[in-house]
Amino acid sequence: MKHLRNPFVQVGLWTAAITAVVGVLVWTVPWEPESASTAAGPIDTLYDVLALISAFVLALVTSILLVAVVHFRKRSPDDLRDGEPIHGHTRLEVVWTTIPALLMVGAAVYSGLVLADIEESKADTQTIRVTGEQFAWTFEYPDQDLRSGALHLVEDQPYQFKITAKDVIHSFWVPQFRMKKDAVPGMTTDVRVTPTRKGEYTLVCTELCGLGHSTMRAPVVVQDQAGFDRWAERVKAGQEPQAGGVVPQQGSGGQP
Amino acid sequence: MAAVTTAVHAPPRPGPRNRLTAPGWIRAAWVSLAGAAFCFGLVVGLRAIQNYEPLIDGNAIVTVMLIGVPLFFLVGIGGFDYWGRWMIGRPTQPEDHSDHGARSWKDYFRVNTDHKVIGIQYTVTALFFLLVGGAMAEVIRAELAQPGQQVVDPNTYNGLFSVHASLMIFLVIIPIFAGLANYVLPLMIGAPDMAFPRLNALSYWLLPVAGVMMTASFLVPDSGAFNTGWTAYAPLSTDAPLGQNFFTIGVQFAGTSSIMTALNFIVTIITMRAPGMTFWRMPLLVWANFTTSLLVVIATPFVAGSQFLVLIDRALHANFFDAAQGGDIISYQHIFWFYSHPAVYIMMLPGFGIISEIISTKSRKPVFGYRLMALSLLAILVLGFTVWAHHMFVSGMWNWLRVPMMITTMLIAVPTGIKIFSWLATLWKGVLEMSTPMLFALGFISMFTLGGISGIMLAAIPVDIHTSDSYFVVAHIHYVLFGGSMFTIFAGIYYWFPKMTGRMFDERLGKLHFWMTFVGFNVTFGPMHWLGLEGMPRRVADYADKFAAWNLVSSIGAFLLGAATLVFVYNFIASWAGGPRAPGNPWRARTLEWQVSSPPPIFNFDEIPQVVGGPYEYGVPGSVHAVLNGDREKVAVGADGNGQAAHAAEGNGNGAETRRE
Repeated sequence: MKHLRNPFVQVGLWTAAITAVVGVLVWTVPWEPESASTAAGPIDTLYDVLALISAFVLALVTSILLVAVVHFRKRSPDDLRDGEPIHGHTRLEVVWTTIPALLMVGAAVYSGLVLADIEESKADTQTIRVTGEQFAWTFEYPDQDLRSGALHLVEDQPYQFKITAKDVIHSFWVPQFRMKKDAVPGMTTDVRVTPTRKGEYTLVCTELCGLGHSTMRAPVVVQDQAGFDRWAERVKAGQEPQAGGVVPQQGSGGQP
Repeated sequence: MAAVTTAVHAPPRPGPRNRLTAPGWIRAAWVSLAGAAFCFGLVVGLRAIQNYEPLIDGNAIVTVMLIGVPLFFLVGIGGFDYWGRWMIGRPTQPEDHSDHGARSWKDYFRVNTDHKVIGIQYTVTALFFLLVGGAMAEVIRAELAQPGQQVVDPNTYNGLFSVHASLMIFLVIIPIFAGLANYVLPLMIGAPDMAFPRLNALSYWLLPVAGVMMTASFLVPDSGAFNTGWTAYAPLSTDAPLGQNFFTIGVQFAGTSSIMTALNFIVTIITMRAPGMTFWRMPLLVWANFTTSLLVVIATPFVAGSQFLVLIDRALHANFFDAAQGGDIISYQHIFWFYSHPAVYIMMLPGFGIISEIISTKSRKPVFGYRLMALSLLAILVLGFTVWAHHMFVSGMWNWLRVPMMITTMLIAVPTGIKIFSWLATLWKGVLEMSTPMLFALGFISMFTLGGISGIMLAAIPVDIHTSDSYFVVAHIHYVLFGGSMFTIFAGIYYWFPKMTGRMFDERLGKLHFWMTFVGFNVTFGPMHWLGLEGMPRRVADYADKFAAWNLVSSIGAFLLGAATLVFVYNFIASWAGGPRAPGNPWRARTLEWQVSSPPPIFNFDEIPQVVGGPYEYGVPGSVHAVLNGDREKVAVGADGNGQAAHAAEGNGNGAETRRE
């Protein structure tokens, strides 16, 4: 087992071992919350692939670092030797310029494809108008002529959210959908989501918008068509609150 | 601080002066008061002429004072004395160098044109604000240890993280690099001082002004500190109460300081290199500061502009960012990030330089691929200006801009990767001395790699759509700015501590500081990656219960990090006051700053050195970096174990001093 003491072999072994351990963690631990939209799958896979490449790079760097420290450390304070005067190695430098460049181009192309996929427009898309204000969300359903402070969606129905804000910038994020877009005063931004999983989620504001920023949330319910229709009836009958969100907190220095 | 009162640093004593009119704190005090009165009178007078009600408007008065009083203060303390005399035609005071060097600690509180004094002023000021900003971080983590509101209300909380970030960026990381470089860069290129010593002094004194202004914003009645984050996005910032002006105007002073120092570095590096110090013989720290200075000069005017637009919106209602009046909100972000992304490299490239110096010296090997290391800095400089909109993938900007920005952002990993691999190759087959500066350098390489990796994930637009403005970003920025920049800063402070103070630091406390920092850092910021992926937004005073466990872990890590910093502070003060005397070249390094005494003589070199070779020729038989005066025949610096050369050089430094007196 003499070759095991070779520092190059050790770097290889450590890199493989660390990559394997981190790789298993990447693929088994649920890093993101449950997925509830068509975008979640491709985004999570992209994340996992990038995380795996990252694990390899990190493992390589740490392994070289640790093996170098173990093998080449100065043994005694009287050791005044210099290292080998190696000034460079052109082929090696070309390799570690080219390979990362190719990896990055590959990652960019893959990301671009995922982006096109998750933003694709679909047939029978319904539009919902979203308005953010300090510190509440309002949802308008033009097709049903509805207005609500809670976001109710039908499972497997493609939606396009047309988002704007009344006062300052807010940001529309449902972590389970993986999709996010800023709500900007004076303009309309849009984001497409097709919910795929029934359940109750929370829409959170992710752009600092003032004192109530951390409490600016709205309930999100994904349900079947029947459940949605019943909810729509109740809203029309005035049995559901017209606008939700939280009461703005006024501190000593409240935003105007 | 008896350390600084060595013979080497003692300047000739100045003659008696009228304390009321001589530059200094007494004059600064009364001139500042006069300035405050002038600003008050100006506002009230103009309002009286216009018949504005109310006559005395607090917001207007404070805003004008924020701009005016610091300028009066700078006049009072003596920042403009030479130019003032010249402008009004009075005889300028001949430069007798009476203000060079520091005789006692009090000399660090005066306007001083000596680059070594200014370097220490910068470094210590930045460390002071590191403690202020760090204390704010501890309060933030205390509040976030549990869900709900425990320690501070949301207004104070928003103020704390805003001021924390602003101080750490504008008052700690950017200026501390300027401070270290101020001290060692002229020495490294064999120059007696910076190119513009008076400008150098003025740029330092702008800095405490900015720091005090930002910190003082907590005292604003009915407003509290600016609370819109260090990004100050409009229209939140244009609608915010008075405290916001303390950021908007404070940034102007910090930015002006940055720009003036950068100009100084550029001119110094171009014009003041010792004979033989060609660009390809410059130490990489010099290369790094050259590149950084170019970034600062090109980019900083944009942040100044963005904040001026906010100020004009706030004070004069110009409606640049008021959508209802035809303003364009997204344009604020473009202008802001056109500075603030290059700013990330302004906060990182000088650290790259520090790490190259330390890795080479502590591995006893030449820097691997020196030329590519220098060229990769230039590549980062150019690419750094092409990536800003990756901060805006979900902002609602033009969709087509996203993919090009993603590609350039990912490509910037290539020159960065070159640097990391070259450092690793420098370690390989070296003789590694695992002392404190080296530990921080190696800690930097691993932690910065992690920060770079999460940066690539954020560059991938689909991942960014999910993680943007979440705690994942908070984790990333701290891995880059703490695991990256702060680790290089600690490495650099330990590395040059003997040179700057003339004392050795306590190695055991240094190692303790490193390990506590390394563990505390990862415990604090590691879990934030997961919190962000799980859905915790950033900049929140409160969060959902499911995030409680990891937030508690993070807070515990933050307290460990705070304790580590106290170890550092104790080591810093105790070693400076009473550590063992440092030899001229304790690390057996080859660059020029180590070939003179510690601390160096007032004018650095008795005679300008002659540079004859590269700076990192460890292990090359007969190699020479530079020849110092008087030694041209007998000593070739670095030809042998270095000890002898350093000793001879130290003798020269003292000799120069003796002769001047």
